[in-house]
Amino acid sequence: MAKQAKSKWNGFSLRPRKEMPEGLWTKCPACEHMLYKSAVEKNLNVCPECNHHFRISAATRINYLTDEDSFQQVLGDLKTSDPLGFKFRDTTYKQRIKDDEKKSGEKEAMLIGKAFIKGRPLILAVMEPNFLMGSMGAVVGEKLCAAVDMAMDEKLPLVVFSCSGGARMHEGVVSLGQMAKTSAAMARYDDSGGLFISVLTDPTTGGVTASFAMLGDCIIAEPGALIGFAGPRTIAETIKVELPEGFQTAEFMLEHGFVDMIVDRKDMRSEIARLIDYCQK
Amino acid sequence: MPDRANKINSGDHLDFEQKVADLDRQMNELRKLSSIKGIDYSSEIRQLQKEQVNELKRIYSNLTAWQTVQVARHPKRPLLSDYLDLMVKDFREFHGDRCFGDDRAIVTGLGQIGRDRVFVVGQNKGRNTKEKVVCNFGCPNPEGYRKALIKMKFAEKYGIPVVTLIDTPGAYPGIGAEERGQAQAIAANLQEMSRLRVPIICICIGEGGSGGALGIGVGDRLVMLEFAYYSVISPEGCAAILWRDGSQAPHAAEALKLTSKDLLKLELVDAVIPEPLGGAHRNVHDTVYNVEKYIVKTLRDLKRTKVDNLLENRYWKLRSIGVSPAERLRRKTLAGRERIKAAIDKIHTKPKPVPAKV
Repeated sequence: MAKQAKSKWNGFSLRPRKEMPEGLWTKCPACEHMLYKSAVEKNLNVCPECNHHFRISAATRINYLTDEDSFQQVLGDLKTSDPLGFKFRDTTYKQRIKDDEKKSGEKEAMLIGKAFIKGRPLILAVMEPNFLMGSMGAVVGEKLCAAVDMAMDEKLPLVVFSCSGGARMHEGVVSLGQMAKTSAAMARYDDSGGLFISVLTDPTTGGVTASFAMLGDCIIAEPGALIGFAGPRTIAETIKVELPEGFQTAEFMLEHGFVDMIVDRKDMRSEIARLIDYCQK
Repeated sequence: MPDRANKINSGDHLDFEQKVADLDRQMNELRKLSSIKGIDYSSEIRQLQKEQVNELKRIYSNLTAWQTVQVARHPKRPLLSDYLDLMVKDFREFHGDRCFGDDRAIVTGLGQIGRDRVFVVGQNKGRNTKEKVVCNFGCPNPEGYRKALIKMKFAEKYGIPVVTLIDTPGAYPGIGAEERGQAQAIAANLQEMSRLRVPIICICIGEGGSGGALGIGVGDRLVMLEFAYYSVISPEGCAAILWRDGSQAPHAAEALKLTSKDLLKLELVDAVIPEPLGGAHRNVHDTVYNVEKYIVKTLRDLKRTKVDNLLENRYWKLRSIGVSPAERLRRKTLAGRERIKAAIDKIHTKPKPVPAKV
């Protein structure tokens, strides 16, 4: 038998990745097991073999988390005004928004509203990773501030699920300002004595981590989530050193003292309910 | 004392200042000739100088965004140390974050500007290579932000207004910085600065790079020098992500609207402090004087405001970032209406004066 030619593939290709045949099977990026898709979905989008938490959309997360049909969305139709008139390459920011609206089925990267978890009322804000990488622009900032106002008015706990690549470049300094804006709102909320539970999911980086996500009274992380300020690639490029194993994961953040606890997706509901019970005044 | 005249040498010209450089060279040649041969060329030199001034006016009146970034990064641009030397009298530096160490990229201390005592927090880049390494090229680590916070709390305790001078390419992205919680340090600063009970003036004197700049940049006023830039991401970084090519930075700079002119139009900065002809690096004294004048004037206004009103104004200033002008106006009217209503209620609920017994 002829000697098999060595593969020249170096792990990087400009061609679009070949998709799996639609539907049935999926591959876990962590343990590389082939998994039956419906089995994964039944398991709350967690790999049954290695407990890898897949990224899930905001709607799915709300579905998993809240009591049936209890989520009442507010400000659902708030849309960005494209303050800079941002154009890049051959496309525009507006076009990107339209594409991602189709892709994710949401109008912005955050959903807010009132919901119940195990019968406990709360204000919930969930970020949508499929909408421009869940980045924080003016609308996300405004929605989060609205959620804080609601929580203050109704004296309910606030739970925020962060899932974001950071500030939205397409809105320039406006999106940078949202960091200050959301932090100021959190300061007010803190002064009013409300409970703020911040849940960090994969990924939480950049401007979101450096503002409201790290200001929680209680900070929970999902296992294996990427959490950090600068992205791992930026760090590797800047300091030109190979990054250590497990750098910027939820476990790493726990070890260095920036996260209170790591909670599996299946326990999230009961854990949040428990915390709300404990923190009642 | 270092040389403050800031002579622009032949190597200091930016690439779009070719004609200015040529004129400089011609003038130098004429000067040399006149000293060697003893011929008086002063009228020619004056003519050339006039031409140069016109040329500088022409170039600097319409800089592109990328050219502005280059001016903001000019190696001779006045740094924090220049401002401390020329503007702040009796500066006493405060070191250390009482926890991990002393970050040299952020300098904090007490001093006097005009007649006011102020607490200065600033980012320092360093002039020569040795200083630059010590200051980590102006990229603060978490301990720098924690130092800034702890010292600002100290200033709050004694009612000393805070002045922050922003000049950083961004917070340092390193392994140690992540381990010590860069994100948490910045987040805590944003939260605490938004409710610090003393006036805060933030001035972007050079580069305003992303979260690193914002970490000491939340206050009652955010102002910029004319050719400073303030951006959510460095133009190079933005180009690398959206254009997939770092060399497209000029396009990215244009799209990000990071110049003082654009940001003033978007109402994201409160004022722009003018720079002398040809940029701050051509005349350090005038630049520092303009900044000082602004600080003194603004402090007078802010000190007159009651602390509660100051905080309320600061909060609503932050809350209205990114809100459309129409919505902002609506909120203002709403707030105004509420205030009037509250005032009327106060009048009505006032107990009627009891008539004195006769």
